[in-house]
Amino acid sequence: MSVPTEWTIPEVRKALDSRKISARELVDEFYRHIAHRNSELNIYLALSPERAYVQADKIDAAIAAGDALPPLAGVPLAVKDVISTHGIPTTCGSKILKGYKPPYDATAVTRLEHAGAIVLGKTNCDEFAMGSSNENSAYGPVRNPVATGRVPGGSSGGSAAAIAAGLAVVSLGTDTGGSIRQPGSFCGVPALNPSYGRVSRYGLIAYASSLDRIGPFANSVSDVASVMSVIAGRDPRDATSAAAHVPDYVAGLDRPLAGLRIGIPDDYFGEGIDPEVRKKVEAGIRLLEKLGCLRVSIRMPNTDYAIAAYYIIATAEASSNLARYDGVRYGLRVPGATLLEMYQKTRGCGFGPEVKQRIILGTYVLSAGYYDAYYLKGQKVRSLIAADFREAFEKVDAIITPTSPVPPFKLGERTSNPLQMYLADIYTVTGSLAGVPGISVPSGRTSEGLPVGLQIYGPALGEQRVLNIAHLFEKAGGAHL
Amino acid sequence: MKISREDVLKVAALANLELTDAEVETYRGQLDDILTYIDKLNEIDTSNVAPMTQVVAAPADGSDLREDVVVRGDVITEVLSGAPDPALPYFRVPRVIEK
Repeated sequence: MSVPTEWTIPEVRKALDSRKISARELVDEFYRHIAHRNSELNIYLALSPERAYVQADKIDAAIAAGDALPPLAGVPLAVKDVISTHGIPTTCGSKILKGYKPPYDATAVTRLEHAGAIVLGKTNCDEFAMGSSNENSAYGPVRNPVATGRVPGGSSGGSAAAIAAGLAVVSLGTDTGGSIRQPGSFCGVPALNPSYGRVSRYGLIAYASSLDRIGPFANSVSDVASVMSVIAGRDPRDATSAAAHVPDYVAGLDRPLAGLRIGIPDDYFGEGIDPEVRKKVEAGIRLLEKLGCLRVSIRMPNTDYAIAAYYIIATAEASSNLARYDGVRYGLRVPGATLLEMYQKTRGCGFGPEVKQRIILGTYVLSAGYYDAYYLKGQKVRSLIAADFREAFEKVDAIITPTSPVPPFKLGERTSNPLQMYLADIYTVTGSLAGVPGISVPSGRTSEGLPVGLQIYGPALGEQRVLNIAHLFEKAGGAHL
Repeated sequence: MKISREDVLKVAALANLELTDAEVETYRGQLDDILTYIDKLNEIDTSNVAPMTQVVAAPADGSDLREDVVVRGDVITEVLSGAPDPALPYFRVPRVIEK
């Protein structure tokens, strides 16, 4: 049978239930499709057919036996290459971890497999999740399936592109300053960055521990909600995971929006936003008003300082987290006459330019004499940004912003100036610093046909409301504005 | 220009990074740009602001802490199988202490 390029979770279930296709045949189809497209798009860094077919056969056996199927039975899943998968190469898009096979699975992967999902393989990303275009991968950039001369966004570009190209039904990405939401926006698929602590990070290879989160991409907001219901919740293996009750994220999706107050931060629509992006996001806001939302103008006065605070905090934490790559325990080792020389050579050869740049910046801001001026100052400004959100959520139920100030740009267009690339993260880093959930949903396309994303922020642990708004926005035709 | 070559070399040494001469110059320029940009934080007075050291506060009663019990991992062989120079049950490195 021919397989549509855009499967959803309910469609997979229907096809399996009606015996139109077996889980094994479905996996076959996806691998055929991947074999056909991956050399061009460079989405998958590793495939895991052995493990995928074992899981598919389990699902098929359960169907044959008439057993009740778990919620994500047979759903093909792609996993960003910074998330550990037992026995499947996990490189973080870096040469320094080439060939590394983790001896354990991340909790998010364990939970998804337990719910019946099938891990197809690992997706390309910016090296150690550092980047906004996927061009920092040591294994070459991913191409945006919507416009192949353009970037898919980053750092979870492969996971976003896998959905847009129909090479997975759901995928996992990670977000530190926008790395789920921005590629979701660039590839035209819904993408959720859950609240800090909502999803266990056990098995996530750390970039910046006070910011890193795991979250889903899918073809529909409803599918994003289904994945969240499986991966959210306390994990004894991650001390930072929240113990708060996990609601049924799918059940609340159709709650009417009438009377809901949506905050529009004036500070977010100033200089630097592409006029077409602005137009489409404003059309999105009008659509939400038609659905009954009340538009409230709000102020987020410290927005202008978010990028600076973010790059201090994120790089400081990265310089510490990445100290472990020294050629001793895993990955690359470049020999040296002394232990120190081995460390220096291994790290000098193994890390790419952006990672080195961030390690240098992070080490600098933490070094003797500079801690107060940079790291401590950054942490104080972070408090102010979190307060901006807290105060806003006293007046509104959700905050609406563009996801990215620009549509997907051309490959190579922005690589020469890291600072310019950082500045485009403005709408996403604020929420990263504050720890609140944010989803990007498609909100029309530019005149050139490039996807635009609208971001919906909610208060901490407010995923249910965020998904509810996003779902009804999508249902009302948000993607075709 | 705030950042000198020596600054970059000092930080690279702290971070155990070997850099080529060309890299030192590239990172000097980039670090200079970014630190100049970061200086905008001095526009805001934060003397009465507490630093945000935690995103989610842990419960004061410690109810999120597990029992401190040893769990056997039994992964030594598998962990070492991925090491660049394993010598069960150790990771081998260049000699650190002279005879």
